[in-house]
Amino acid sequence: MARQIYQAIADGILVGGVYALMAVGLTLIFGVLDIINIAQGVLVILGAYLSYELSVRLHLDLFLGLLITVPAMFVIGVVIQWAFIRRLRGRERTSMTLLVTYAVALIVEGILYEIYGANPKQLNASYVQSSVHVLGFYLSDIYLYGFVLAVAIVVALYAVLYRSTFGRSVRATMQDETAARLIGIDVNRVAAITFGLGIAVTAAGGMVFGATNTFNPNSGYDLISRLLAIIILGGLGSIGGALVASVFMLTVESLVDIWSPEWAIVVFYAALVVVLVVRPTGFFGRQPVRAQ
Amino acid sequence: MRPRLPMLSKNCLALCAAAVLSAGVVAACSSSGTSTTSSSTGPTTGASSSPSTKAPITIGASLSMSGDFSGDGQFFKKGYQLWASDVNAAGGLLGRQVKLTILNDNSSPAQAQTNYQTLFSSDKVDLAFGPFSSLLTTPSASVAARFGYAMIEGAGGAPSVFASPANQSAHNIFDVSLPIVDNLIPFVKWVASLPASQRPKTAAYPMADDPFADPPVQLAQQKLQALGVKTVYSKIFPAEVASYKPAADQVAATGAQAVVLGSTDVPTVAAFMQAFEQQHYLPKMFIAASGPDQGATFTSAVGKANAPGMMVPNGWYPGYANAASQKMVQEYVAKYGGTPSDIGADVAEAYSVGQVAAAAVTATGGTDNAKIKTYLHSGVTFSTVQGSVKFDSQGENGAAAAFIFQWQTNDTFQQVLPLGSAGSVAILATKPNWAS
Repeated sequence: MARQIYQAIADGILVGGVYALMAVGLTLIFGVLDIINIAQGVLVILGAYLSYELSVRLHLDLFLGLLITVPAMFVIGVVIQWAFIRRLRGRERTSMTLLVTYAVALIVEGILYEIYGANPKQLNASYVQSSVHVLGFYLSDIYLYGFVLAVAIVVALYAVLYRSTFGRSVRATMQDETAARLIGIDVNRVAAITFGLGIAVTAAGGMVFGATNTFNPNSGYDLISRLLAIIILGGLGSIGGALVASVFMLTVESLVDIWSPEWAIVVFYAALVVVLVVRPTGFFGRQPVRAQ
Repeated sequence: MRPRLPMLSKNCLALCAAAVLSAGVVAACSSSGTSTTSSSTGPTTGASSSPSTKAPITIGASLSMSGDFSGDGQFFKKGYQLWASDVNAAGGLLGRQVKLTILNDNSSPAQAQTNYQTLFSSDKVDLAFGPFSSLLTTPSASVAARFGYAMIEGAGGAPSVFASPANQSAHNIFDVSLPIVDNLIPFVKWVASLPASQRPKTAAYPMADDPFADPPVQLAQQKLQALGVKTVYSKIFPAEVASYKPAADQVAATGAQAVVLGSTDVPTVAAFMQAFEQQHYLPKMFIAASGPDQGATFTSAVGKANAPGMMVPNGWYPGYANAASQKMVQEYVAKYGGTPSDIGADVAEAYSVGQVAAAAVTATGGTDNAKIKTYLHSGVTFSTVQGSVKFDSQGENGAAAAFIFQWQTNDTFQQVLPLGSAGSVAILATKPNWAS
């Protein structure tokens, strides 16, 4: 039994890393723009398809391909923000963006269906099937790389937010948009770049998701509810919180899975409720993050 | 004080409207009906009419063009369309062309119900063809029963479909395919036929929470246990899991010599295969309820080199020695491209639905669904691309034979069980190693 528990914890941490890769962009966008991007799941799948194209047509390594897909997704993010989101104003802005990003999700999904159809795809590379033997356990290479990538992206985003001029502009905008305008910050530019960044990191999440799961254009809808639960638990707007919450939630689910897979999904959401009752702002609530 | 409306500029409103409209168009493109004939004067008949004009015979179906069952749904759509084009090319039914209306249910039982409601009450189609999967067939057939329609279907073979209150009352479900509960029996019989030293000592039974996937696996588990095969894992997991990896890793940790996977689709099987390979775990025997029968969709997901040895129960395969089946396979390849091994069994199931419906319309001289139900229950035997079809009182196909198919080392998908049966080739008794 102890072996099963250790294996479940390892699985939870590694799968949690994959979910963190998909969730950090969502929480970054919410933290800065107060937007819940319902299209996040579909954009993860778009990232997976971009990696698929590079892998199949150009035979580019999946991780090398990120050098192309991340900037490409950044541009897509900026375009989405410019075309659909930037002019939404007022008290109902957040709820309006729910509708708009849902429309974006439908558009992207429809385009992907037109191009790729419904048949599932999967990304392949030598490290997708291989694993490393550690302390009597086989740990999947792709999940390990994905976890390292998740940590690296969280660190990089923190560096951007807390060690750069742009980051100061972002944090100023997060704290008070009006005051930020008054001191000369181009809030629209900050919003566009932040949205682009949030979507850009999703390219990495899409690649690792596509290498660990089969996917088709519809796969994004299965993701969005879990991603939302993760960023709420981590603390809306907290990038590190998304990583911690992903690992926590997936580890809990993986452990319960030993005894009852049917209850695992219930416990996933029950854990969210319990934590929020004790700590309504999640692990790393919004105010402490913004006060840093 | 009146609440403030969001401050939206005209341009912004226009953009939002454009976004929503675009989404609507995209959604409509993926969910709207498709017809196989251009001639249409609108529906002229309901559930109990006869052909007084040369208006087309309208047939409605809800299929999963998106969502979890979209791979199967696409195959089903092609099967229905192939049948309709064949019928129309031969002059139609009773001199009337056939027109299909197919709506997308996004693999959702609720949407399937809504679609059939639309097809019956608004489109007033003449006949109803079934959706994909037992999960969607039960609620869809209840709508059909309410409107007096027969539901001829090819992918709703779970016991719960036939035992549903609507079918018990209306007897309106007719499944042209193999009843699923017994479909792993040839595998069990083969294991029983092996010398004791060659039988698996242990077996694992991971199952998706689905009415299609569980009954045959549970029956196989019961019978294999009786043969002395020890169960080391038997759990049902939800259809929507964050990752199959934890469950697959647990199965791998048991080291079971046989894995009987209650799967509903390719992604589930692919996820288990990937996790097994990562864990350096190779079951001696690996059979899945669904997934490996999906031709190129399966091999492209798991890799051709990993497919050999994978088994799946079914009632049809592209090399099936049946003249009508071979003709259908040729037509499919001519119309959609690829090779015969790319064709999923769903195509044959859908085509068979059309064949049975055509025979019923011809025999009853019209599209009166009451007459069609009576005729289908009359004990007549139909010839289809899947072989013989004969409905029992519950609407199950009592004439269907169960076969086990297996991917071979030469990349072909072959019937292997029952041993010695016509069409069966030598079985790979031990699954070859993973590719890497």
